[in-house]
Amino acid sequence: MESNLITEDKQKNKLEKAFEILKTMASKPSGLIGLTIVLFHVVLALISPYIAPYDYKAISPNTMLLAPSAEHWFGTDSLGRDVFTRTILGGRTALTVTFFGSLIALLWGGLLGIFCGLVGGKIDDVVMRVVDAFLSIPWILAMLLIVSLLGTSTEVLIPALGFFYGKGIVRVARAATHDVIAKDFIVSARARGHSNMSIIWNEIIPNVRDAILVEGAMRWSWMLLGFSSLSFLGFGVSPPTPDWGLMISNARGLMSFAYWSVIAPIVGLSSLIIGINLTADAFAKALGIDRSTKAPV
Amino acid sequence: MNEIIESVKNLSIGFNSQKGKQISILRNVSTNIKKGETVGIVGESGSGKSTLALAMMGYIKQGLFPLKGECLFKSEDLLKMSSRQLEKIRGRKIAMIPQNAGQALTPNLKIGYQIDEALKLHTDLNKTERDKKISELLNKVRLPSPETMAFRYPHELSGGQQQRVAVAMALAGKPDLLLLDEPTTGLDVTTQAHVLELLRFIAKDTGTSMIYVSHDLGAIAQVSDRIVVMYAGEIVLEGPARKILKEPIHPYTYGLLKSIPKLSLAGLPASMPGSQPQPGSINEGCSFYDRCNLANDNCKKNSPDLEHIKELDTNVRCFNYKELLNQNNNLQTSITKKSNNSEANEVLKLKDVSISYAKQKFFDQLLNKISDQNPTVKDINIDIKKGETIALVGESGSGKSTILKSIAGLLKTKDGQIKFEKDRILSSDLKKRNPNDLRAIQLIFQNPDESLNPNHTVEQILSQPLKLYFNLSGDELKKNIIDLLKKVRLGEFYMSRYPRQLSGGEKQRVAVARAFAAKPDIILCDEVTSALDVSVQAAVLNLLQQLKEDLGTTYVFVSHDLAVVRAISDRVAVLYQGRLCEIGPSQNVYKFPSHPYTEVLLGAVLEPDPDIKPKLVAEDIVEEKPPEKGCSFQGRCPRKIGDICNSEVPPWQIGENGNAIRCHINIEELASLQQ
Ligand SMILES: Nc1ncnc2c1ncn2[C@@H]1O[C@H](COP(=O)(O)OP(=O)(O)O)[C@@H](O)[C@H]1O
Ligand code: SF4
Ligand code: SF4
Ligand SMILES: [Mg+2]
Repeated sequence: MESNLITEDKQKNKLEKAFEILKTMASKPSGLIGLTIVLFHVVLALISPYIAPYDYKAISPNTMLLAPSAEHWFGTDSLGRDVFTRTILGGRTALTVTFFGSLIALLWGGLLGIFCGLVGGKIDDVVMRVVDAFLSIPWILAMLLIVSLLGTSTEVLIPALGFFYGKGIVRVARAATHDVIAKDFIVSARARGHSNMSIIWNEIIPNVRDAILVEGAMRWSWMLLGFSSLSFLGFGVSPPTPDWGLMISNARGLMSFAYWSVIAPIVGLSSLIIGINLTADAFAKALGIDRSTKAPV
Repeated sequence: MNEIIESVKNLSIGFNSQKGKQISILRNVSTNIKKGETVGIVGESGSGKSTLALAMMGYIKQGLFPLKGECLFKSEDLLKMSSRQLEKIRGRKIAMIPQNAGQALTPNLKIGYQIDEALKLHTDLNKTERDKKISELLNKVRLPSPETMAFRYPHELSGGQQQRVAVAMALAGKPDLLLLDEPTTGLDVTTQAHVLELLRFIAKDTGTSMIYVSHDLGAIAQVSDRIVVMYAGEIVLEGPARKILKEPIHPYTYGLLKSIPKLSLAGLPASMPGSQPQPGSINEGCSFYDRCNLANDNCKKNSPDLEHIKELDTNVRCFNYKELLNQNNNLQTSITKKSNNSEANEVLKLKDVSISYAKQKFFDQLLNKISDQNPTVKDINIDIKKGETIALVGESGSGKSTILKSIAGLLKTKDGQIKFEKDRILSSDLKKRNPNDLRAIQLIFQNPDESLNPNHTVEQILSQPLKLYFNLSGDELKKNIIDLLKKVRLGEFYMSRYPRQLSGGEKQRVAVARAFAAKPDIILCDEVTSALDVSVQAAVLNLLQQLKEDLGTTYVFVSHDLAVVRAISDRVAVLYQGRLCEIGPSQNVYKFPSHPYTEVLLGAVLEPDPDIKPKLVAEDIVEEKPPEKGCSFQGRCPRKIGDICNSEVPPWQIGENGNAIRCHINIEELASLQQ
């Protein structure tokens, strides 16, 4: 009973803590704007399949390149598809791919970084060399190679993006772990005879978690840009999947006379990137992490 | 002499809290600095002393702003000046030496070049005049071989020498006023004494006025003509140094002086309850009310004004100061502690212990052997009895922490053995020790900010050893945590707090509780009071002593502070460069004859008493490595007798009162040399 009470108490504390952090983030205008934008995009992505007025892949020669109107709020594209439908569904694609991509980046980057920080010495040296070597390959070339070998399904894109964007997280996680393991509370736990697993779990992870999460949030916005660039180049998700990068790429030749088909995806993409960026910054500030010193490069 | 250089009038400085409330951290501070006078500003961390000192050079830290009042330097208000005007004054008229002046030197520029830059900035001298001035300044701050000093880099100098360079740079512009913010904190005892002596000399020699800010009344006592005591953002007492130190008539100052351990007193210093209130938390009444033993109802409701007492030339902020007049004799008392039973069994034995940090060669690694002819710590033999407090003292780098770490199993020994209980050898590998041995030896660290996980509540922190060693859970776990908190005089409600929500003293109590949670036989204390304010230090020392008397724990107590060691320990071992110099019952180690190094250390202790001046017998040079052969202290020993000290390891000699000294000088002769 009693122990239950204690854990309940702790959970409440955790919720309260999360709420506290959100409140601090929202207390500054930039944080509030960021949060609002992200929230808007997430909600839109969740409900888009239900509110989309048209079928996103319905090609219709009769409705090619119509200007915005009451029927087609954002107009139609060169194949006669509704731009509004494709924009809100495009957000869903972008968010899903990059969210899971970031999750993968966080997982492998965070774990490898913590591992390197812990073991130190030769192994750490070798691993970091390899990571550095990867960092020096232009990621877009590598992505192109992967995509041309394995295809452009989301099952390929998500892990590939996750892999490339995890490298920076390795560095941050490693540096944070290095800082923490020198602290006396770790020495104290070792001297008491706690197992390595218990030390990692109880002493190290809680103290590096914040730095890693902030880095992950930052990487998310970069991944979004990267993912859209891939699509733009034709190596992202394959048509007719609605996707901002793809939409921009398809419509860019028509800019001069059918500007509407390109404005909406551009606004969507840039606002989401800015939103995530502002949120990540506010998140870092609320956790008391100075990103200028923790920056990976 | 009576010309006033700087005058602070009704100064209040504050900040806006997150809730938009204005909170003051300095309240109504007024004081005058006269020409040629050294004023010591003393207070605990957070009392506002640095804020005051910075304001006196027209600098307000970011986020703070002046609420009212002025800082008049030669009748001009520094707080109203433009940054242009201030630039003309800073460095030329008012110079400042910060705490870590060594770190403020640019690492890749030669000393001479940096002083030259200061001269260019603050004087109108030409090149040849400047060169002459540089060697003059280096001479003035008494750096060794000033001719070559100008061509050296900061990292080639010891901490004390870097501090001297900082003094030289500050003097470059011939300032009228020199501000020093904790200039000797962090330096070794002997170095500290030397730097203070230099400052006193410079004040006299140049007639510069000085403001000396410190938490350390011992240091303040050595340099100040007048002392200002700050508490919670207010001046509570101000007057001539001698009066303040000998007849403190404010309850806080009185308690502070009583809580400082003194070399002449064997027992524990009396402690003050509680800790300094946070800015903004006092709404009415005297800010010292909840810690004061003279407080009455009047103090709760009304806050006292700073009252001038003409016959004492003193200002005091207290309604009841009269009760403290003529109480001075009481300052020289302490709490006697129960001394240890000398017949008790041995619980820990260090036998021929050597420890090396040297990087091992490949072959030695293969053979799992450590080869180092000149290890960091060598030939340590100490037998520790159950229930005693044995102290290891020495300057930083003398190997105190290294020895503690190897007792705890965190560091492999090179040679020798560590035996626990009845001659059972403890493995020098932590992983090979059995859980009960791990439980039996616990550690407490210097800085609780580092030793407590900032992401854990007090409850989580204390439950770790309880779960690990005793498998407790549920009700029983909680009951044990509450018991532990009670033992260290903290209430149950601390359970849900995070370390950042606690004061320094409270944090250290939690660290103490965590060590006792294991029901240990031995606790290794590494400088456990060094990061605490004096008034809090006394309370922690008393707590440790009480717990030991109740539970029969053995302490290995590491400290650089000889007065603290005197207060808490039964036996003392003095270390220099990782070698033992002297060991014996503490009352004897503090009496002559002493090992020459002990003599140097004792001479350098700064006591809060203007009549006890430090004796500077040895140079404050820093040695990087212990010597290959001979006596470890040969490089600095003021009593060195000749080649034998360089070539042969001195023998142990046992004095008549039981302390063992390792020196080539015959112990009786040593006694007569030291009187
Ligand atoms: N991890 C380390 N690696 C190499 N040398 C060290 C290390 N820790 C301490 N030392 C050296 O060992 C000597 C003793 O240090 P330490 O035990 O920390 O002394 P103390 O606790 O008395 O200040 C010093 O010369 C110090 O520079
Ligand atoms: S005014 Fe009262 S509470 Fe304040 S110091 Fe004096 S006696 Fe103590
Ligand atoms: S042996 Fe020589 S150098 Fe060492 S302490 Fe004695 S006199 Fe000094
Ligand atoms: Mg130490």
